Amino acid sequence: MRGLRKLHWLDWAILALLILLAGYVWLRIDGTLNYKWRWQIIPQFLIRYDEEAGGWVGGTLMVGLFNTIRISIMASLLALILGTILGLARCAQNLTIRLLARTYLEFLRNIPGLVVIFIFYFFLSEQLIAAFRIEDWARDIARGDNAWLWEIFFGDMRRFPSLISGVFVLALFESAFVGEIVRAGIQSVPKGQREAARAMGLSWTDQMRFVVLPQAMRKVVPPLASQFIMLVKDSAIVSLISVQDLTYRTVELVTSTRAIFEAWITTALIYGGLCFGLSLLFRRLEQKPGRRS
Amino acid sequence: MSDTTPIIRMINVSKLFGDFVALDDVSLSVAAGERVVICGPSGSGKSTLIRCINRLEPHDRGRIIVDGLELDEDMANLRSVRQEVGMVFQQFNLFPHLTVLENLTLGPIRVRRMARPAAEALARQYLERVHIPEQADKYPGQLSGGQQQRVAIARALCMEPRIMLFDEPTSALDPEMIKEVLDVMVELAGTGMTMLCVTHEMGFARKVADRMVFMEAGRIVETAPPEAFFTAPASPRARLFLDQVLEH
Repeated sequence: MRGLRKLHWLDWAILALLILLAGYVWLRIDGTLNYKWRWQIIPQFLIRYDEEAGGWVGGTLMVGLFNTIRISIMASLLALILGTILGLARCAQNLTIRLLARTYLEFLRNIPGLVVIFIFYFFLSEQLIAAFRIEDWARDIARGDNAWLWEIFFGDMRRFPSLISGVFVLALFESAFVGEIVRAGIQSVPKGQREAARAMGLSWTDQMRFVVLPQAMRKVVPPLASQFIMLVKDSAIVSLISVQDLTYRTVELVTSTRAIFEAWITTALIYGGLCFGLSLLFRRLEQKPGRRS
Repeated sequence: MSDTTPIIRMINVSKLFGDFVALDDVSLSVAAGERVVICGPSGSGKSTLIRCINRLEPHDRGRIIVDGLELDEDMANLRSVRQEVGMVFQQFNLFPHLTVLENLTLGPIRVRRMARPAAEALARQYLERVHIPEQADKYPGQLSGGQQQRVAIARALCMEPRIMLFDEPTSALDPEMIKEVLDVMVELAGTGMTMLCVTHEMGFARKVADRMVFMEAGRIVETAPPEAFFTAPASPRARLFLDQVLEH
């Protein structure tokens, strides 16, 4: 409340202008587009009562959201592993390793994410899924007794191949950015730390494992957290390779109900709420004083 | 001097950083148990000289033989040399994310393959030697500079090296903490450890050095016993340096 009293006449002017603008847009949609709002149909796509099962079940958007969360978590774990390897490779003594890492990175950084994802999807995922017979394997599990357990982690098992390619493609794409964050973290560790470790006779792996990486990782937690939020948002892209995430489900919903504005606004709010919630959470975690700082 | 065969032999060693000649055809032999203090103006190559002995800086020309092992590209050789050579840095370089005890046991456990309890017992023994046994469970950031440097000395000693290198160990310390570190070094000198020490602490040099090495522009200009060096330096450059250092 104290904040309100500090409002200047300029603040009021800007607010008034914004309200006018919003009103104008509203009138345009209402009058010109002749759009009929049907907000009442949205809740059933979030959560609905299933007569057959006799309980509440998630609607199509909720199922999509859970897939988005699954993909984001799995892809970020994989991206963290790949990114750490990439970051280490970028700092390697061997020139060829450094050049390979650099090439991979530049390739990913200078090509639009969408194009990268299509390339990975058609050239890698498709081939690998066929080669490892993942489709058959997943179908067997979907028919088996433990299907429910697998579904907690991977959603509908019949959709497993597409989910897993989504995870791979996203992880490969994000690994480039994670790799740069890790490299910056490694290089932020003072040179003397490596020297002390070397002078002790530690091997290269031990120098990294016990001295450099623990310090680097502590420094890269904040940028990695924001990269994770980026990844949640970027994950919308995998809807284009038929992964049934929140965006894909929204597209489907819009096709079947024509509730374009309602569906997309709902989805935007879900993404926004998820990412904003995450950033608040990470900020809270960061503010907690580390015991070793 | 307990032994006459040199434990360190540097023969016509040169080191370049780009065009800059950091070491210019340097030869130096150090006997086991000998305590050598290296001094000279900044940029004269003192640090580079001792950093070549555990190959933190690979030399470009000449030969370096430490405890019978020649330093070259051969990695296995290098790691056994580094176990024999402890190093103390100007900036301490303790690992800030590990406790004092963990700093001390990392080398024994990972390099000497000791069991943790044995390594911890060893670490506590050396913390006792540097007079800070009560700080074992603290993090380096919680200690004063003098205490940190003593931990760093203990950390090097935990590898039970035959040679200790000191690279300006007191230069980053507040004046009131210099003495506690020098005291530890004097005690260490008393145990017969081979020591190479780059320092501007001439009082310490006079007390413990068997031999003074004076460097300038990447070359060893003068080598002499401390009494001779401090009272009648042979080279004019050393005389000028001593005038500047000892003036106040």
